[in-house]
Amino acid sequence: MSTQPSGPAAGAPYLRIENVTKRFGDFVAVNDVSLHVQRGEIFCLLGGSGSGKTTLLRMLAGFETPTSGKIYIDGQDMCDIPPYDRPVNMMFQSYALFPHMTVEKNVAFGLEQERLGRQEISKRVGEILEIVKMNPYLARKPHQLSGGQRQRVALARALVKRPKLLLLDEPLAALDRKLREHTQFELINIQEQLGVTFVVVTHDQEEAMTLSSRMGVMNHGQIVQVGTPTDIYEFPSTRFVADFIGSVNMFEGKLIEDEPDFVRIRCEDLGGIVYVNHGISSAPDATVWVAVRPEKINITRQAPVPAGGAHQPEVRAGENVVRGTVKEIAYMGDMSIYLVKAESGKTIRVTIPNVARHAEDRITWDETVYLSWHAASPVVLTR
Amino acid sequence: MARGKSRRADPITAVPASRLPRFSAHAGRRIVLGIPTVWLIVLFLVPFIIVFKISFSEVRLAMPPVAPLFEWLDGRLVAIKLNFANYAFLFTDALYVSSYLYSLKVAAVSTLLCLLLGYPMAYAIARSSPTSRSVLLMLIVLPFWTSFLLRVYAWIGLLKTNGVINNMLMSIGIIHEPLTMMQTDFAVYIGIVYSYLPFMILPLYANLEKHDLTLIEAAADLGARPLTAFRRITLPQSMPGIIAGSLLVFIPAVGEYVIPSLLGRTDQLMIGRVLSDEFFENRDWPVASAVAILMLGLLVVPIMLFQHFEKRTLEAPK
Repeated sequence: MSTQPSGPAAGAPYLRIENVTKRFGDFVAVNDVSLHVQRGEIFCLLGGSGSGKTTLLRMLAGFETPTSGKIYIDGQDMCDIPPYDRPVNMMFQSYALFPHMTVEKNVAFGLEQERLGRQEISKRVGEILEIVKMNPYLARKPHQLSGGQRQRVALARALVKRPKLLLLDEPLAALDRKLREHTQFELINIQEQLGVTFVVVTHDQEEAMTLSSRMGVMNHGQIVQVGTPTDIYEFPSTRFVADFIGSVNMFEGKLIEDEPDFVRIRCEDLGGIVYVNHGISSAPDATVWVAVRPEKINITRQAPVPAGGAHQPEVRAGENVVRGTVKEIAYMGDMSIYLVKAESGKTIRVTIPNVARHAEDRITWDETVYLSWHAASPVVLTR
Repeated sequence: MARGKSRRADPITAVPASRLPRFSAHAGRRIVLGIPTVWLIVLFLVPFIIVFKISFSEVRLAMPPVAPLFEWLDGRLVAIKLNFANYAFLFTDALYVSSYLYSLKVAAVSTLLCLLLGYPMAYAIARSSPTSRSVLLMLIVLPFWTSFLLRVYAWIGLLKTNGVINNMLMSIGIIHEPLTMMQTDFAVYIGIVYSYLPFMILPLYANLEKHDLTLIEAAADLGARPLTAFRRITLPQSMPGIIAGSLLVFIPAVGEYVIPSLLGRTDQLMIGRVLSDEFFENRDWPVASAVAILMLGLLVVPIMLFQHFEKRTLEAPK
């Protein structure tokens, strides 16, 4: 099946993970993962806790050895190379700054291991601290820094070695929301400035979406889907991905018309037909799932006629429309979330941006409303 | 998320801080701090003042065998006789100086040996699995279940000329004449290191167990080989444990009496032995007190200087 455009163009991949499996006793933490990352990419591994993303990252750093499979960085087999000889540096989730050393000493530590000259070391430490704007804090110790400052020092300490690959373990998890947003963009800037390939592990989808050029969604030790953030959000390949990234309304249905350029699906949940203007390859009468994002649903008091409006004439009346009652409204500031109970009993989530400050005639509780969407909006999932 | 329907919550009524718990907490703290304070005053400070006073007295053949410092007549203080001769005497007889130096040497070497033996043991325990950790700690504490004196006596049986070690080595054929191990420095070191090793291991373990292992990973990630990571990360961070353990071994080792008496040389006394001889053999309480006060000074002054220095280096960054 292909509900998703093909992945980015191939080149000689910089990081190659081939059929890597990691077992801890009976537990399979990483299960036969293959992955290619291009030079200069920010690649995010996104997954819940226990999905194996951190184990995969630790194998890249050399702290764990794969039970089977191979890892190549820039063509070099990493199997027998201990962490201290790998051209890879890691930014730890806890930052792992050395508490008994100053900022300067922390950053210089890695260069001292390379036995560089004193002058070279202080020059490079100065340069990298300039980039992360931590120059004024050279002589401070980690406990005298704020969370955001520690994060910068940790980043500088990992980057100063000019690694081929920078691994970031939940780089923003310890920062508060405002700082996190700011740091995200800064991280991207620094990455573009230095051209280092980033592999980021995160459980925070927002972080993954904004940071990554491509991302891989992990579940139960496997990579479920790889693609750009837009691919993953708009064209999830499985129910797990659709549900994990953002929120989604999922309706189970039967395929009743399957043409190359459109499908019709009967959904009991909606008490009607869903028309989707792209084809899928599946057996007729197969059970499929229709996924519609809450922000792609219109909410109106009158039934839209014809269903999808004049610009989608192929949609027949009564298709892609559900009648329901507003049960719950959550005001989030920038938008409102409406929970609408369809006549089938299914609750549908709709988000509406709060464009005007005072909407006199806002739809309110217990009103009967019609939900409708464009024929291009739903994604049809077969698994 | 502000749900529309329950937008207004009742303001939470502020509960005024009750006075009663604060008062009783205060009293509780006084009791907790008070008991050890009273204990220390009665059993440490008062005896110390008495010993300090005796060290300035003169000997006399009476009970107690010291002359009073203050002379009273008609309820009025008429004379204070301070006798510094006891202290001067310690420097005229070579016995005292050499005993002091020997005690410091034995204590220093024993402390170093305890550290060299204890650090790897503490490290291994701290890095072992939680289940084996408690067993290993138990084994460290186990010797305390037998009396200290008995354990030192047991070493005589092992070390003496026809003791267990000599007999075994001779029967294997490694040596043909018994080794002289009793009444040597070697025996004293064995005795002290054996007896005081737990006091080195336990504070070191307490320190090492708290170390954040991701720091070691971070060091490895930055290119440090295991030995470098140990030297630059683990060792500096375990300094408080090293210092605590060393003080716990060094201080009692300087004044050690039982071990050198049972296992040690007869031609060179440690200061603890000298002290007890002065009290109980010579019945020269003033000189014995002077020996004790001087020993205390020798130990306390460096420790206080060290702590003062340590506090300053800790305060600077913290």
